[in-house]
Amino acid sequence: MRVSFEVNGRQLAADVWEGESLLYVLRERLGLWGSKNACEQGECGSCSVLLDGQLVCACLVLAAAADGSRVRTVEGMEADRVGRAVQEAMVEAGGVQCGFCTPGFVVSIADLLSKDPHPGVLAVREALAGNICRCTGYVRIFEAVQKAASRL
Amino acid sequence: MEVSSPRTLAEALDEMGAQPATVPLAGGTDLMVAINFGRERPERVMALRRVEELHELTVNRRVRCGAGVTYTRLLEAVRDPAMVQAARTVGSPQIRNAGTLGGNLGTCSPAGDTLPVLAALDAEVVVRSAAGAERRLNLGEWMRGPKKSARRPEELVVAAEWDPAGSSQAFLKAGTRNAMVIAVANLALVVDRVRRRVGLAMGSVGPTILRAQAAEDFARGLFEEAGWERPHRPSPAAAERFGALCAEAAAPIDDVRGTAAYRRHVVAVMARRALARTAAAV
Repeated sequence: MRVSFEVNGRQLAADVWEGESLLYVLRERLGLWGSKNACEQGECGSCSVLLDGQLVCACLVLAAAADGSRVRTVEGMEADRVGRAVQEAMVEAGGVQCGFCTPGFVVSIADLLSKDPHPGVLAVREALAGNICRCTGYVRIFEAVQKAASRL
Repeated sequence: MEVSSPRTLAEALDEMGAQPATVPLAGGTDLMVAINFGRERPERVMALRRVEELHELTVNRRVRCGAGVTYTRLLEAVRDPAMVQAARTVGSPQIRNAGTLGGNLGTCSPAGDTLPVLAALDAEVVVRSAAGAERRLNLGEWMRGPKKSARRPEELVVAAEWDPAGSSQAFLKAGTRNAMVIAVANLALVVDRVRRRVGLAMGSVGPTILRAQAAEDFARGLFEEAGWERPHRPSPAAAERFGALCAEAAAPIDDVRGTAAYRRHVVAVMARRALARTAAAV
C-alpha cells in the first residue's frame, strides 16, 4: 500500500508492506537514517520521533496506521531553537561517544525542554528513562540537558 | 496483511462484526513487537488510533476512561492515586505516549500495571459489538487466564468505568529498575473511606490478577477500629498480618523475571507499605 507523511515539513510518500514499522519506512523507504534501529521493541529509544507532536518509538508505530500523520525526526531538529540548542549542548558537553543513541536522545531531550524548559535532575532522569546509552554513563548527557536549558 | 484505520466506533464495530478474526491495534507496544520479530502475522489489523470515541475521558461522579486513552493522559487527568502511580510506572515517556488502557485490557497480561488498580477499584470493563448492547464485566470476569480475556471475537474494549475512591490508595511495583520494567510483582490497595470499602489486588503473582479477600476483610477491620475518617498508623503486628494474608493469596510461579519465593516475599513487603500509606492518607 501507499502511505504518505509530512516528515520534517516535507510531504513524503512510499510504497510499503502493511506490516512495516514507521522506523523501517523512514530508514529503508525514505532514506532517513538518523533514527536508529536497535531493539525493535520500544526498549532502547534510539528510534525516538515525534508523531503528531507525541514522543514515541518509531519501531512500535505501524506505518500503515500512521498514514497522513506529521512526523518529526532527528533530521528535523535543527529547524527550531530548542532542537539546535540540544544538538550544540550534546557536542559541547561530550554527550556523544559512539553516537548510536544520540539521535534518540536529541529528540527526547528536545521534547522534554519544549514542555519543561528548566527541568530538575529527577525530571530529566524520568524523561530520559526510555533512552539507553551504553557508552557515556549518562552524566554528560544530563549535563548537556542543563546546558541546553540554560540557553533557552 | 490488511490494515484498516476506521474513524468512528460504529465503523470499527461493523468491521469487527464482518471480519471477526481482525486483530485490534491500539498503541502498538505489544502487537508491534510481535510483528517486528515475526512472532505474529495477523491477516487483518485494525488500527484504533483514529477512533475519536475511544479517546473520551470523563472524571466526574463516575470515571469513564476510553480504551484509547494513553498512560500519559491517565496520569495527567485521572485523580485516583493508584491509577496515576500505575500509569507512571509503565515503560518510558515514549511507551506512555503510545500505550493505552484498552491495550492493557486487551493484552490481558497478568503483569499489566493498570489491571490490579482496576480490580481494586471494582472497575467495570465496557465492551461492545455492532450487534449487541454494551457488556460490562468486572476484572475477575474479564481475565480468564494469562493473556486470555473474555472478549468475543466481534467485540472491542471501549472503556473502563469506576467510582473515584478518594486519596487513600497505593500502587506498588517490584522490578529491576524504576522505568522500562515488566512487573516482577505489583499490587494495588484502594481504601474508599466514604464507601467504607477496601480493594486489594495483585499482579504478576498468578495466572490472572488476584484479589486478596482475607486481607481486604482484615484491613476493613483495621479502618473500622481506627475510624474511617481519620488517618492512623497500623501496628507492626497488624501490618505483618496484612502482608502475610496477601502473600497467602498469591499463586506465583518461577519464571525469567523472578522466583515464586521472591514474589511471595515482595508481595508481603509491598502490602505492608501500601497499608501504611493508605492508612496515613485521608
